[in-house]
Amino acid sequence: MFEPLRPVSRGARIVLGAAFFVLFLAAWSLATFGGLIDGMFLKDPVYTLRIGVDLFAQYGFIKDVGVTVWRVVGGFILAAIVAVPLGILMGAYKPVEAFLEPFVSFARYLPASAFIPLLILWAGVGEAQKLLVIFIGSVFQIVLMVSVSVGSTRRDLVEAAYTLGAEAGGIVRRVMLPGAAPQIAETLRLVLGWAWTYVIVAELVGSSSGIGHMIMDSQRLLDTGQMIFGIVCIGVIGLVSDLIFKWANQRLYPWAF
Amino acid sequence: MGFLSVEAVSKEFPGVRGGAPTRALETTDLRVEDNDFITILGPSGCGKSTLLRIVAGLEAPSTGRVQLDGAPVARPGPDRGMVFQSYTLFPWLTVRDNIRFGARATDARADELIGKVGLRGFENHYPKMLSGGMQQRTALARALANDPKILLLDEPFGALDNQTRALMQELLLGIWEADRKTVLFVTHDIDEAIFMANRVAVMSARPGRIKATLEIDLPHPRHYKMKTTPEFSRYKAEITEQIRVESIRAVAMGAA
Repeated sequence: MFEPLRPVSRGARIVLGAAFFVLFLAAWSLATFGGLIDGMFLKDPVYTLRIGVDLFAQYGFIKDVGVTVWRVVGGFILAAIVAVPLGILMGAYKPVEAFLEPFVSFARYLPASAFIPLLILWAGVGEAQKLLVIFIGSVFQIVLMVSVSVGSTRRDLVEAAYTLGAEAGGIVRRVMLPGAAPQIAETLRLVLGWAWTYVIVAELVGSSSGIGHMIMDSQRLLDTGQMIFGIVCIGVIGLVSDLIFKWANQRLYPWAF
Repeated sequence: MGFLSVEAVSKEFPGVRGGAPTRALETTDLRVEDNDFITILGPSGCGKSTLLRIVAGLEAPSTGRVQLDGAPVARPGPDRGMVFQSYTLFPWLTVRDNIRFGARATDARADELIGKVGLRGFENHYPKMLSGGMQQRTALARALANDPKILLLDEPFGALDNQTRALMQELLLGIWEADRKTVLFVTHDIDEAIFMANRVAVMSARPGRIKATLEIDLPHPRHYKMKTTPEFSRYKAEITEQIRVESIRAVAMGAA
């Protein structure tokens, strides 16, 4: 059973994956119902679920979820529109890489959350500021990862294309891009996950809507149930978007899977 | 002056981190006539692949020049089709789209070649679904579909098992006998070099140069049974002797 790299069946994979969620819930229940942790610090799962239903039914939480999703997707798409072409240029053309790579590597380490005070100063507390936080958090990561994917195109494929009469532009368009496309999609999937952490941070500060704002409000009321429900919500949305991305990648790039 | 002429070509790779430069190919001359089939035979590391890559335009020679059909070779181009030892099909394209990749490939020609290399029924498969032999047959069809003036083959069957390799040799020979394309074929396999060629160019150990060329006067069409005839064995004995000296030199120099 524990032979290295031995594959598991599809059924077993689903059962094992679900089992951990069950285990997690069981540990949570044990800690709360068993009285190991005071209710003020951690509410039990049943209460959390009930308060979650209330949030949707009475407090219009779906609007907060919608606002947060739109911010993540909006900021992320803006970042992708700028970063993917730049990354492709950097990966394909070495002078462009030499020009941009040092700065992008430096900018990549600037924490997006540290920009929030500045961005509030520059862009106020509206939507533009939220989108900018996500944009700054994502754009440099995408540029660098796309550049690496494109730059690692197999040399022998490029040479084969040359001997078949391809020109420089054709090499980029017909060899480097299609070859790197699945990895680029995978990069976007990863960075979208990180964008979720930036949006919540952005919403914790100077915001009047969104999941992060709800969590912040709940803290003032000491309602750990609502806070945990908000966090779980993000997890669920993340899981769903991840599955959609994976499914789309496998449909778009059947040759790579 | 031949169809392909390699004149005083040598190659030296610059040293890494200030080290001494590596001499990969000694000054070499080679003439190939139109419709000829030449094999270049040599021990590993002798520079035979470097020579082929220079003809392809993938490496620039340190000295000398290469001319094909009167025009100087400076960079890779569709007039020199190449099949590599490694599998170089584009993984995101189907067999048919791979064969159609070349700028001069047409649907009709691609279709004809799919039949010739025995890939009928696999046109819509992706490369990862194919065996090594099928991938190299696709690569051969892809190079031919672009209608090159010369076909450059860099140990194309080197990664295949013996049985598949023998079948591929016959397939390539059959296509050559029908089309009479000019072919330059690099190999380290003596049997393969004799069986395929009109002329075998034997290379010396690193840094290599062509030390002898041998006409192979065996009739066409050739059949695999030819490999057991006395004439074949005579050629083999002669070339084995030449290549043995070089292999021993190569091992002594630590190149093999």
